[in-house]
Amino acid sequence: MKTDPAGVLTGAHYLDGDYACGEGAMAAGCRFVAGYPITPSTEVVERISRRFPFMGGTFIQMEDELASMAAIVGASWTGTKSMTVTSGPGFSLMMENIGLAAMMEAPCVVVNVQRGGPSTGLPTMVGQQDVMQARWGSHGDYRIIALCPQSPQESFDLVIDAFNLAELYRVPVLFMMDECVGHMTEKVIIPEADQIEIVPRRLTKKDPADYLPYQTNGELIPEFARAGDGYKFHTTGLTHDERGYPVMSAACQKQNVQRLIDKIKLNEEQIIRFEAEAIEGADIVVLSYGITARVARMGIELARKQGIKIGVIRLIVLWPFPENYIRQLAGNIKAFVVPEINAGQMVLEVERCAAGQCRAVSVPHLGGGVHNPEDIAQAIVEAAQ
Amino acid sequence: MNPKREVIGQTSIRSKVHPVPFAPPRGEGPPPVADEHPLAAYLRMDRIPHIWCPTCGIGIAVKCLAEALDVLQLDTNKVAVVSGIGCTGRVAGYMKLDGFHSTHGRAIPFATGLKLGRPELKVVVFSGDGDLSGIGGNHFIHAARRNMDLMVVLVNNFIYGMTGGQNAPTTPVTAKTSTMPFGNFEHPFNLPALAAGCGADYVARWTTLHVRRLTRSFKEALNRRGFRFIEVIAPCSTLYARLNKLGTGYDLMEFYHNNTEIKNGADPQTVDIGFQGKIICGRFVDSERPTYLDMMKQHYTKVLGDKFVPMPEEGGLIWPPGEKPTTPAAKATAEVREPEEVTHG
Amino acid sequence: MARTEIRVVGFGGQGVVMMGHVIGHACAINAGMHATMIQSFGPEARGSACSSTVAVSPEEVLYPYITQPDILVVMSAEGYSKYWDELKPKGILVYENELVHPDVRPDQPSFGVPSTRIAEALGRKIVQNSVMLGFFAAATELVPREALRSAVEDSVPHGTEELNLKAFDAGWNHFTEEYGAKQPSRKKESTAAK
Repeated sequence: MKTDPAGVLTGAHYLDGDYACGEGAMAAGCRFVAGYPITPSTEVVERISRRFPFMGGTFIQMEDELASMAAIVGASWTGTKSMTVTSGPGFSLMMENIGLAAMMEAPCVVVNVQRGGPSTGLPTMVGQQDVMQARWGSHGDYRIIALCPQSPQESFDLVIDAFNLAELYRVPVLFMMDECVGHMTEKVIIPEADQIEIVPRRLTKKDPADYLPYQTNGELIPEFARAGDGYKFHTTGLTHDERGYPVMSAACQKQNVQRLIDKIKLNEEQIIRFEAEAIEGADIVVLSYGITARVARMGIELARKQGIKIGVIRLIVLWPFPENYIRQLAGNIKAFVVPEINAGQMVLEVERCAAGQCRAVSVPHLGGGVHNPEDIAQAIVEAAQ
Repeated sequence: MNPKREVIGQTSIRSKVHPVPFAPPRGEGPPPVADEHPLAAYLRMDRIPHIWCPTCGIGIAVKCLAEALDVLQLDTNKVAVVSGIGCTGRVAGYMKLDGFHSTHGRAIPFATGLKLGRPELKVVVFSGDGDLSGIGGNHFIHAARRNMDLMVVLVNNFIYGMTGGQNAPTTPVTAKTSTMPFGNFEHPFNLPALAAGCGADYVARWTTLHVRRLTRSFKEALNRRGFRFIEVIAPCSTLYARLNKLGTGYDLMEFYHNNTEIKNGADPQTVDIGFQGKIICGRFVDSERPTYLDMMKQHYTKVLGDKFVPMPEEGGLIWPPGEKPTTPAAKATAEVREPEEVTHG
Repeated sequence: MARTEIRVVGFGGQGVVMMGHVIGHACAINAGMHATMIQSFGPEARGSACSSTVAVSPEEVLYPYITQPDILVVMSAEGYSKYWDELKPKGILVYENELVHPDVRPDQPSFGVPSTRIAEALGRKIVQNSVMLGFFAAATELVPREALRSAVEDSVPHGTEELNLKAFDAGWNHFTEEYGAKQPSRKKESTAAK
């Protein structure tokens, strides 16, 4: 469906990544946001709290991030599109109810404007250290979708996709911005409302008497019933059957959890998104994401001057990871070079997928700034030798 | 001073008369013919038997809520129940309402999202003392502070039941628990005082012996807005009674009978509970502070005037602007929905 | 012109971040260039050397931070002592000449303006940054005058546009009055750099 024009600030703006994310959420039809202040993400909710009262949206500043995440899962069950916004320390607290959203299959969006960690770390400075936490952070087995923008414009565009993916697959979608993108101000073009396609909640058309909340009839994603529509359904974070009733058995666990995994795994082709450039004939492929993808391009240009054939991959969707693509590519190249603002996280996934066919070279940066492009060039040159 | 005696129970307005008692008398007599619980419409009968132990008090509290819903004849399509984790945390799973069994301690913030996402819902939080005042204590005080539009039922059995009898924030001093085997030495919470101190609009306490008073409190609370807190003192025979050699749940009920004092309007500061001490029950707070939603609406209307667009009662941007609801049930409820009369009890 | 790096520095309350924002806005929205603005955060944003940076380029800005500014705008003495040696050889220094007394280097064109006093004369000290922006527009010719002027108009609080534009014009005029004669040579140099 087309979005509600009330949430769309059409025009050319000079916005930082945080504001652009807030604008994107409102344009995507988000009407409930719960959050707790944390640098460097707070500008997102500051933007939203200033605009929500004019479009029928509610922002509530909760007592902590545990509550914020729980509140958006609750609101999600009303059909109102919901989001919370945080950074590393809050992201850790949210993990509990991110798991609940995954288990209950409640669509929602969690924005993490990543700063340097661990613990309180570098509140005002950049990091990309939560990308593995995004994949594995809540306990138990589940699959998740995580996106990563490289500019304020993409922050706007991609957060709309985040909401749409959440609706399509009934999962929490993690929006893994970094402080650098969040706090950089650039031109952001916001289109007309009729250019913005949003995915509505897939509400069941069944009669309440025939409806079971987790019945899929062989499909992967159940139809949704909202609280208050007369379905009187039950949902739980416990392992549950089609009725949403707890069943403590290995058989039910297998059925329940396997579907949570499969609904993402078997739809990977539709979800995975990355940019690839000059892959054909490349000896080295540089894989990066977020702000690092921009800085890496400078390092790549420097290294290309030395005659090295370099391909470039920029992940837009971090999770699910383009496993098959990387595996096939690994047979044709000498090495992957993976710069990221952490001690080497995504490189582990690259290495796993490369499965010994080529090297996976980490170019770590522990946070507080971006890479020096020359360091990336140097790593490329060394990998090519 | 004698507390004012009140007329309790309103059996005359019961919608149905059940000719066969649910629990048939012992001994000779006709075999039980009731094949349906009189409150089956409010319960998930397909989940019975429930998991609670014999003589546990939680079921009594559930029955009282079901009865309150029945007497009030509320549109139960618009009532949701949210629980956390623990024995009482299973309540959401046994009531025939939209039921949410959330995470440990997070029932209140989950319910807050549910209420704000669809303001027309009546949201009941039903959970235990450990869940709401231990791990969820921070959410509890903040929801009370905001006067969030939630009815919170806290079943207090003085102990963590589901996990095996560990110390709770409500365990009375000297009571034994599995993690305080020599007796508890921590000061417990006085929950009505905590709720009242944080700004709850309505605060009451009953034991599971006081079924009619408890039902009446539920009815009052269901019919009003703001943060409503009802503490239900309930027996846990398997753990609390056993660890403290207090007999069975029946013995605890007898203890309630002999050791409760009803003091409506009592200062919440004076109602703390010592080990096997007197339990003061009653309705302690009954005020009309503007609720969270009232405050929001009043404030934004004042500062933004007619530019303020509140969250639609049925939720935010669910359907394309101007389009009709699409689900059969949504259609049906949208057609019959009348603004509910709010009466303060 | 490959890439121009600008640093604006002053004390909290002088509108340092707002100036960076307006310059970036003028370049990115009104002048068809790419401009990435970054402000200082945390304790740094409240001290007397609060700073914002803008990287301007005809192509996409890949590296968001600045390394060596081509233009340094200074509005506090502490800001000057912290950042003076960062300025590129042949870089342009723009400063508040009653608050900052720079040790002007001959290879660096330097232009001073009593922006605070001019703003006070206009009635509101708070428009000091708009005076400085007008002066900056004339001194650097980074973007056409109108591009910056309308960015000021779009960025200031509603209801204060007129005063801020007056302040902008006062800054611009101060440059023409004080340095107007020097302009052609400098202009030539900057065009050559492009």
